[in-house]
Amino acid sequence: MAEQHKKRIATASLAGCFGCHMSLLDIDERILDLIELVEFDRSPLNDLKRFTRRCDIGLIEGGCCNEENVHTLRDFRSNCDVLVAIGQCAVMGGLPVMRNAIMHSDDPLKECFDEAYIDSPYLYNPSHQIPNDPALPLILDKVYTCVDVVRVDYQIPGCPPSGDTLWQTLVALINNRPADLPYELIKYD
Amino acid sequence: MDDQTRIVNQACQRVGNDRLRLMDILLDVQRELRCIDHRSIAQIAQQLNCARIEVEEVASFYSFFSSPRKGDIAIRLCDDIVDRFQGMPAIARAFEQQLGIRMGETSADGTFSLDWTPCIGLSDQAPAALINDTPVTRLTPQRVVEIIAELRHHGDPAKLNTAAGEGNNAHPQIAVEVHNQIRHRGAVLLNDAPADAGLDVALTLNSDAILQRIEDSQLRGRGGAGFPTGRKWRTAANTIAEQRYIFCNADEGEPGTFKDRVLLTEHAELMIEGMTIAALAVGAAHGIIYLRGEYSYLKQHLESVLSQRRQQHRLGCSIGGRPGFDFDIRLQLGAGAYMCGEESALISSCEGQRGEPKTRPPFTAERGYLGYPSVVDNVETFCCAARILTRGAAWFRGFGTAASAGTKLFSICGDCDRPGIYELPFGVTVDELLIAAGARDPAAVLVGGPSGELISQTAFERRICFEDLSTAGAVVVFNDRRNILEIVEYYMAFFVEESCGYCTPCRVGNVFLHERISKVRQGLASPQDLAYLQELGDTIAKTSRCGLGQTSPNPILSSLQNFPLVYSALVKERDDGWQAGFDIQRALEESRRLAKRRSFIYDPSYSDSTNSDKEAPA
Repeated sequence: MAEQHKKRIATASLAGCFGCHMSLLDIDERILDLIELVEFDRSPLNDLKRFTRRCDIGLIEGGCCNEENVHTLRDFRSNCDVLVAIGQCAVMGGLPVMRNAIMHSDDPLKECFDEAYIDSPYLYNPSHQIPNDPALPLILDKVYTCVDVVRVDYQIPGCPPSGDTLWQTLVALINNRPADLPYELIKYD
Repeated sequence: MDDQTRIVNQACQRVGNDRLRLMDILLDVQRELRCIDHRSIAQIAQQLNCARIEVEEVASFYSFFSSPRKGDIAIRLCDDIVDRFQGMPAIARAFEQQLGIRMGETSADGTFSLDWTPCIGLSDQAPAALINDTPVTRLTPQRVVEIIAELRHHGDPAKLNTAAGEGNNAHPQIAVEVHNQIRHRGAVLLNDAPADAGLDVALTLNSDAILQRIEDSQLRGRGGAGFPTGRKWRTAANTIAEQRYIFCNADEGEPGTFKDRVLLTEHAELMIEGMTIAALAVGAAHGIIYLRGEYSYLKQHLESVLSQRRQQHRLGCSIGGRPGFDFDIRLQLGAGAYMCGEESALISSCEGQRGEPKTRPPFTAERGYLGYPSVVDNVETFCCAARILTRGAAWFRGFGTAASAGTKLFSICGDCDRPGIYELPFGVTVDELLIAAGARDPAAVLVGGPSGELISQTAFERRICFEDLSTAGAVVVFNDRRNILEIVEYYMAFFVEESCGYCTPCRVGNVFLHERISKVRQGLASPQDLAYLQELGDTIAKTSRCGLGQTSPNPILSSLQNFPLVYSALVKERDDGWQAGFDIQRALEESRRLAKRRSFIYDPSYSDSTNSDKEAPA
């Protein structure tokens, strides 16, 4: 198959810990092969904050815990042909989704904030204020997975998925063929 | 010694402090004290010399046991979809108004409590309710006013001035306004058979000959699964053991099924005769009739039939003068758990445990009650067995189809003019049933209850038999004005409620199915949601531990298959790939309130120029 153009990839970390992005760097020297095959558009790896062109592949780390996450994710859906949710947070909500367990409260969000900023015994917050700078994006009523917000084409589990798993995924997507993910790469126990 | 202590002690002593009879103790305590609180639990545990948690786990399992106090008069309204369609919401409002309490509450003076309960086996005379043990049927808001006025006057639900139904429903021991509504009598079950003719034949035969007859008749279990009865009995008979047990499954919990109610009311003798024959065939000395708590109004009648048969030497020692043939039956009441209709869960319940199924193999016919071989059969199966002994296997095989011998009782309800009981040979088509029942504009029929199949008009020529559509008796008719997904959503909520919680696919999976079907109903689903329903439904069906879980996704799986247009009309894919089900405005509402500011991104008035992500109209 003749290469029309280098595949363009965009990545983003939403409500994640950047672990999946670190894992992507874990492909070691294969990163040299990767940049032969692809060019990176919007991504924290090159610090591009906006899409410059439409992309072939979007990789999303993390789910949505605030309005900015939703905005970014929708932007990715609109600008990427194939959208891949990578890692536990993007697929299932991961650690952030634990706050959804505060569901039997009359005011779950308030309870969550109070625990985080006011009531916790391990807290140093002399002002007793809940952060509310206008620059902070509003938090959502609960944490949503990527699939809750937009259509997602592939989901790669793992916390984080290993460098090999992400490498195999990218190679398959770039070459338009099924991913070769042997059991060892996707078993987590 | 205060009253509570005395009542609990008496309840324990009544069953000789027998740990196995925990259900009876709890039923007594609930009835007398109107609740089972922590003090009662601790005291029962002390009396039975067992751990407190053993009592608590049982008390918390069954819906008729409650830790908050229920009213002296506990009113339970039947929440089945058939009742809903026939006006239950107005009835519920009338009760709430008359009592001044809401559903789920108990009145301040402790007299009345008002609750929902799943199908109480009166779907052909809906809307219906249970007032303590007394069923009231065909309710109207006006009737509710009268009932409450009367209860306020004399306080005894058993005395409710109700017009007793026909047949044995008018018997002084039953005396309830339940109607049998027998619309068609077939040759096997609902004909006047000579009393104990089958048992008389059996008494002349040896065990093997009886088993042979049952096997030759090709009788299959009438509870829904259709397991060959002869093979079950043979397995129990061949398993070497000191004791064997016969169980009659009268826990008719499948919504829309009420044929056992009629057999228990009118033909209890025939059923007990069948159990006695089974006892003779497999060599059992003890039998238990497990009667669902909703039918406890039949208890006194059944007890009197049993004691009458003891006097006639049809139960007890040396039955029918045959030395060594000793067999007696006790009645075990359930307490509102659909799960207990599953045979191994039924046995758990009789052992004083939570109504959870047991791991199989071993099968109950090999190792059941207390580890002894146990035959568990449906009420109707035992009735058939008695008739087979009377009239012979070939006669029985003469009805029905090749793989489904005999006749079947169908309980038809829903949108039809003649709901009730029909005894017809296996192989009858859905169409024939609909015509017989006078169905009006039928658009969907639920054959076999929610664990069966929901079929559409295109499948009305299908036959009801084990080869095609199988059913324990339930045939629920829905006309073309009913919302298919409302029906599906209701039944998924039913399974969420009734799952025993033992295995994850059923406990968790059904919750997810229910959530997702609600999303479809709200018009918020995408095609991926339908794929999700199908995939998760298949997984639950494959991986659940018992029959409840394995069939629980059926409302969804069968409606996906048979009503694809209903789903596709509600599902839409947005061109932009955003999920219609996600509402950013709603997700931000709470946050705006707490932060006391608007969204920079999603409130257009905040900043018109920077907003590039306006909501597209859904």
